[in-house]
Amino acid sequence: MASYETAGPQPTLRATGAVARRQAFSRVSRYVLLAATLIGVGVLFYLGFETVQKGAGRLSWGFLTSYPSRAAERAGLRSSILGSVWVLGVTVLSAIPIAVGTAVWIEEFAPRNRLLTLVKLNIANLAGVPSIIYGILGLAVFVRYLGLGPSILAGGLTLALMILPMTIIASQEAIRQVPPSIRDGSLALGATQWQTVWRHVLPGAMPGIMTGTILAVSRAAGETAALIMIGAFTFIAFDNQSVFDDFTTVPVQIYNWTIRPQEAFRENAAGAIIVLMVAVLSLNLAAALIRERFRQD
Amino acid sequence: MIRAPDRVTRVTIEERLTTAETLPASERISRISEPPIIELDRFNAFYGDFRALLDVSFQIPERKITALIGPSGCGKTTLLRCMNRMNDLVRTFRHEGRMTYHGLDLYARDVDPVEVRRRIGMVFQKPNPFPKSIFENIAFGPRVNGIKGNMAEMVEQSLRQAALWDDVKDKLNQSGLALSGGQQQRLCIARALAVHPEIILMDEPCSALDPIATLKIEDLMRELAKDYTIIIVTHNMQQAARVADYTAFLMMRQDRAGELVEFGDTDTLFTMPKDKRTEDYITGRFG
Repeated sequence: MASYETAGPQPTLRATGAVARRQAFSRVSRYVLLAATLIGVGVLFYLGFETVQKGAGRLSWGFLTSYPSRAAERAGLRSSILGSVWVLGVTVLSAIPIAVGTAVWIEEFAPRNRLLTLVKLNIANLAGVPSIIYGILGLAVFVRYLGLGPSILAGGLTLALMILPMTIIASQEAIRQVPPSIRDGSLALGATQWQTVWRHVLPGAMPGIMTGTILAVSRAAGETAALIMIGAFTFIAFDNQSVFDDFTTVPVQIYNWTIRPQEAFRENAAGAIIVLMVAVLSLNLAAALIRERFRQD
Repeated sequence: MIRAPDRVTRVTIEERLTTAETLPASERISRISEPPIIELDRFNAFYGDFRALLDVSFQIPERKITALIGPSGCGKTTLLRCMNRMNDLVRTFRHEGRMTYHGLDLYARDVDPVEVRRRIGMVFQKPNPFPKSIFENIAFGPRVNGIKGNMAEMVEQSLRQAALWDDVKDKLNQSGLALSGGQQQRLCIARALAVHPEIILMDEPCSALDPIATLKIEDLMRELAKDYTIIIVTHNMQQAARVADYTAFLMMRQDRAGELVEFGDTDTLFTMPKDKRTEDYITGRFG
């Protein structure tokens, strides 16, 4: 006669023994990871809150349109905002053509050989070089060797060098996103490689290139070390007229105000940080909007 | 006529490869009576060390439709892409042997691939209209090739030739991507016609289309064959039987190199294949 007796006690589907221990560990890990996330976000919020609390009182039209001054309550951001606009203008105009040209060469024209591997490796490494190194390079090459002095041109070109690797990599990504079938279609009609790049690849890659460039520019907008290195003036009481003028930028102005002993200047610095943050966040938002817009098409 | 597949005697491709008794090439590969536009003489294609085509020799007649058929991986598409130098874009590609166009070596040193592609156009497997307006899709070819004339007329003529004019005449400024799959493929054909090629290569042009759109493209091909030479890759044997004047059957050997097994006029190839491998393929015993 067959017996269906089970060995041992009644089975259970509840977590016991090793399973219970593993599950407990798993549940705890969720909170540990959440805590790690909150540390980063929390610090950011605290800094933001502190800054706004300290600097919001300084925000006014006059703060944006006044020249710097020895009297903290009369000092403003006029020359540094103008300086930032000038410098970033030079940066964008010089970085985009070089970056796009490099990216097109790498993706569309370069022979797949050791030289290319070396170039790509170099670009990836350059993206990780600290900005102050670019400052030293700018000081040696643009300010001294080319005799540009601590001018807008020297500053803009230094920042252009700094954001080139990022911009090149972003442009490469954008170019790679253009489907190969578009290139085939164009070439099969008797278009040359250049015509294919100019009429199809670049227009297709443009949203990605723009997004990448804007993000890189927003990084350049907050750059301080490299510009201090090349000798960006901190006390400019005139409107910039040409790229050969001395200049200051918003982050350099912030730096200058924070190192003053008087508390009133700290408030100015906090106010300027708010202005800079709003500008940078707007740039990032613009980049996100461009990306979204073209993703839908 | 296509015979029903004989399930009982279905053989694996490997068995077929090992048991095939091969007729001499002169009996399997017919000479054409018309003037040839493309001639291949022991043409070999390589991707790095891999030989994709082995000693392919045959002639393609002018203003006829020639179909290239065969199982997947037999080198049909490679052969087609060699004809307008599109394979130059594959970095590891090289060739041996000769392929001529009107007697001119397509791979001679002084031949410019851009000039070749203007004369030998191509339509791809997946419709690939440019993400631009219908008008701009057609106008691109004439523009880059410096063809002078009334662009609106040229666009209309190309669209009419591709039997697409009536569908799109009121929406020339709409994106080419807004069309249906079949219309997109006809747009790609119209785009190819706009640069006045002599030959149109079609790489499985209907494989992404539904049966109705497929029939429309096939009708269009018959119409175009009055003025153009068409070479079409297809793995749909019925399609080859329906549209092609001549058919080439390719198959890969055990080393996976593709070879031309049989070439001849379509009716003969499908009703009285000379080679056992051709017969097995068209009756569905493998592939």
